[in-house]
Formats: sequence, structure tokens, C-alpha cells
Amino acid sequence: MAAHEKNSASSPLTARIRKSFVSAERQFTLDVKFSAAPGFTILFGPSGAGKTTILDCVAGLATPDDGRITVDDRVLFEENAGGKNNNRGENREPVRKNVPVAKRGVGYVLQDLALFPHLSVEQNTEYGIANLPRAERKQRASAMFEEFRIAHLRRRFPGEISGGERQRVALARALVTDPCVLLLDEPLAALDAATKGKILDDLRQWNRAHRIPILYVTHSREEVLVLGDHVLVIENGRIIAQGTPHQVLRAPLQETVAQLAGFENIFDAVVESVHEDRGTMICCLLAGELENGLPLETPLVRAEVGSRLRIGIRAGDILLATGPPAGISARNVIVGRIVCLERRDMIISARVDCGVEMEVYLTLAAREALRLEVGLQVWLVIKTHSCHLMQT
Amino acid sequence: MYIDWQAFRLTLELAVVVSAILFTAGLPLAYWIAFSRWRWKFLVEAMISLPIVLPPTVLGFYVLVALGSRSPLGRWWQSLTGHTLAFTFTGLVIGSILYSLPFAVQPFAAAFSSVDRKLIAASATLGASPWGTFVRVIVPLSKAGLITGVALAFAHTTGEFGVVLMVGGNIPGVTRTASIGIYDQVQALNYAGANSMALLLLLFSFVVMALVYGLNRNGLGRRAATIVSLR
Repeated sequence: MAAHEKNSASSPLTARIRKSFVSAERQFTLDVKFSAAPGFTILFGPSGAGKTTILDCVAGLATPDDGRITVDDRVLFEENAGGKNNNRGENREPVRKNVPVAKRGVGYVLQDLALFPHLSVEQNTEYGIANLPRAERKQRASAMFEEFRIAHLRRRFPGEISGGERQRVALARALVTDPCVLLLDEPLAALDAATKGKILDDLRQWNRAHRIPILYVTHSREEVLVLGDHVLVIENGRIIAQGTPHQVLRAPLQETVAQLAGFENIFDAVVESVHEDRGTMICCLLAGELENGLPLETPLVRAEVGSRLRIGIRAGDILLATGPPAGISARNVIVGRIVCLERRDMIISARVDCGVEMEVYLTLAAREALRLEVGLQVWLVIKTHSCHLMQT
Repeated sequence: MYIDWQAFRLTLELAVVVSAILFTAGLPLAYWIAFSRWRWKFLVEAMISLPIVLPPTVLGFYVLVALGSRSPLGRWWQSLTGHTLAFTFTGLVIGSILYSLPFAVQPFAAAFSSVDRKLIAASATLGASPWGTFVRVIVPLSKAGLITGVALAFAHTTGEFGVVLMVGGNIPGVTRTASIGIYDQVQALNYAGANSMALLLLLFSFVVMALVYGLNRNGLGRRAATIVSLR
């Protein structure tokens, strides 16, 4: 049960942030503009892309050079350098507003949680509501304990509980203050999938009652697919794509997104035929040695016959067989020859020449069992939906 | 066996007053050192640390000059109270504060600096003011360093000699501390008396240091104590 119900639905968070960093190694400019509706908004991108800085700016721990951040029509930050014309065309004085961190009402779960080590779980949870009367404080904290299933831990200290439990305490501590926005910086990165899933369920449950925008930073593709209502792909300080996880990670997009999401195989291709009845199309991979290209059955996207696009296939999504496979659902079976076998940590990377060269990941055991060696003829099996299409 | 109890009482009084003042004044100073981003901060830090390397007589000499009737401070004090600061208990307190300042401030500042900045940030996002964060997060997590600082200031004041002699002289009941008393006994060739007082001071100092290290066995303050004791 929620400790504190909100009567009105929150309006979205809007943010326009520009901030430059100059250091000896590099110059970096964060320049983003986005809005986040109640629910999860994922900030997805490689480390160093500026995701955490965005959260810091919203929380007030970092100050943008220029921009405007509002929640619930409340201006948290505004810096309009140089007194530029506003939208009415009037010339205005430079606007400056910077609500202090403590007055923003933004819940922030930092990357390493930052639980107070000298306070018990209960004291940690009540930290942000210490000014409330005792009875109300206890009641609100208890509600959070129930909601995040940590009531049995209340007398323990952060050093005495597990990673998943600490995560729950950090969430409870941030949410008990009834924030207008919740910021989560790779909160579940260190947890196993099962623990992660349960915590996210509890968080979703909480947010069904409270409906606040949640900015969730991650560099894990899996988390994006599991969570995403809305995804912002951030690279090098810019938003390079946004939409649902499927739009962003599965549909035609800039090549940067594909590389980011970890496609080892990226090919130029031409749409040869479109089969709307089957929900697929045939694309030919273009490669120097092949006259007609290598046909692949791919998912259907909005593309004309003859148009060019790019296909990304993860090395871990390709099956390798030493004989012609039969009776399988995958639509693409390609014959080729191993040209290179390479061990990388605990996986084997096989390069297979089938007109174009494809990289396939195998386990060490698979290499042994199949007696793979360079020069061996093999069959590659690729599911239609393992072919990810991108714009060229 | 002769023990100058009056000198011991005076020493204790001095040490208590000085460590109380250093605790109160040292906290904001240490906070500033730990968190300020002022580019010339290092100069202030160097100045505070001077007593560690300076011969006590040098410090004592300048304090004496500053307290004397020819300095503006001395004149102002004289116009206020009718007597000079030199060779008084108050003068002794001022000299001792300057002399023991780094022994309190450095462990404080070291402890404050070692508080994880993320905890401070988290406290702010939870609505705590800087003062609230200081009281509820920074101080509790610096407890070991604070104990170390106070204990060191106390012990250091107890054992000082040069500054006291320069500033206070050797007036029984006013400025004659235990260490001066011992010196006095030796001058008078009363080695037995010097020995009993010296032994008492030795034991006392050992107890204080044992307390510091005992309390900080697992704490942050141990590092602070080590830093200071290595200087």
C-alpha cells in the first residue's frame, strides 16, 4: 500500500541541458533535450556518453552551462545565457534559476547506492523524512518496508545485507520522500537476473500508484528490452535515437546504434523482394566476390524493393553445424568454410567465409565436440529475427 | 617524593581549555579545508601546519612579541583589561592554541575528506541542508578522526614546553606547567622530584595515546593519527 497517494497525475519532466567539460584528455559537450512521461525512460549508451551527468543535472548535483529543467511545471533550473529572445520575440534579461539540490524533491539512487554506513536500514529509510512527526515518519517508513520487502532488515546495517537488499533499501530511502522524479543510475548492474526482475516488479508496482517519471540509466541491452517504455540512446553527449526499445534497437536506425548494441556482423544489403504475407523480406548481402549477393530472409520493415539498407547480426545469434541441418525453423542456412578460429577469453570466435565473412561465437565445448578446424565446411543457421535492419 | 600538584592542575586546566577551544574552532576550519575549492587553500594549510616544523621557541617568541605591550593586539588588550597578555594564563592559552592547532585540525580535515562524497550528495538529494548533512553524516562518519584530533591536541598541550616558557615564563600557579616544573626541579638539581613528575607525565601521555589508538582500532581516525604522528 502506498504511503502517500498523489491526487493529480504528474506532468512530465522536461529537460534541455548543455554542459561542456574540458580536460587534458578530451573535450566533451553534453547537449540534450528530452521529456519524460510518468513511467520508465531509459537512458541507454556506452559509458562516458554523458548519462550520469544528465541525472546529476536533474538532481542539481551538477550545473548545466545552459538549459532548462522542469517537473510538474515547476522550474528546477533555468539558465538562459546572454538574454536571448524568448518565444514572444521580446528581449529579456538573462534568466537564472537554480533550485538547490535539497529543495528539488528529486529521488536519486546513485550508482553505488550511497547508503549511510553508520545508520541502520530503518534510519537510512527515514533519513529524508526526519522532519516529519514521529508517528507519520514511522508509518511512511513501514509502508516502504512492506512495499520493498525489507521489513525484516530494519535493524541491520548496510554492511550486513546483500547487494539486492541494499538496492531495495536505496529505493525505499529515495521513494519514501515522495519525489517528483526518480533517477536511477545503473541500479541493477551488479545483480543477477532473478533478483533484478523481482526488484523491478516492486518498483513498477510502486509506480502504478504514484506515476512519476523514472529516468533509468543503463548500458545493458537486456535491461532496455525488459524495461523500456521509452528509450533515449545517448552517445557522445547527444541523443542519437529515441523511441520504444524495438524501434531503437530493432528497426532501421543509424549505424551507431547497431554498433553500440554489439553487432559483430554488419553488412550492406539490397532489398530483393518483400513478402508481406509472410511478414518477411529477402535481402541480398553485397560483397565483392558475389555477383548476386547472398540472400537472407529478414523481418519486414518499411523499405522499397531495391533500396539499400544495412543488416546487423550478432555473432552469438548464429548457429554453426558441421552437416546440412534439416527440419529446423530458421529460414537462413548458409554454407561456408571456416577461415579462422580464435579463442577470446571463454569463447571461440570463428570466421566463416560464405561469400561474405561472418563472425560466429561458440563455446569451448562446442569447438571440441564438433572438432572444428580451419578449412572445414560448415553450415550457418540464422533466424529471420536475428537479422537487425538499419538505415545506411 | 615531591610532586608539584599545582603545576599538574594548571597543566590539566590549560589542556582542557585549549582542546575545547580547538575542537570548537577546529571543526569549521577543518570543514573549510576539506571542502573548499579555493585555489590558494594550500597556503592556509601550510600556515596551520607551521607549528609542526617550527621550533617552539620561534613560535613562542613571536607570540610573546604579539602579546606584548608594543604590538597593536597587546595594546588593545591592555587598554581593555589594564594588564598585558604576556606571562598570564590567557596568554598561555593563546600560545597553546596556535601551537596545537595542526594536531587538532589535520585529523579533523583528514576525516572529513575521507567521507565519501556520494554520501554527501545522497544526503542533499534526500533534502538535508549542508548543516544537516554535516551533523547527520559527516560528523558521525568522522568520529574517529575527531577523537584523535582532540586527544592529540590535549596531549600535545600537556607536553608543551618551549612556547609556555617563552610566553608564560615560570610563575607558580599562573604559568608554571608540569613540563616547566620538571625543568625547574632539574635546575635545582632535585633529580628525584624531576623523575617523579616526569614519570607521571610519561604515564599520562601513554594512557592518552593508548586511548586514541584503542578507540580507533578499526576506524578512519587511525589513518589520521598515523599521518600526524609521522610528521
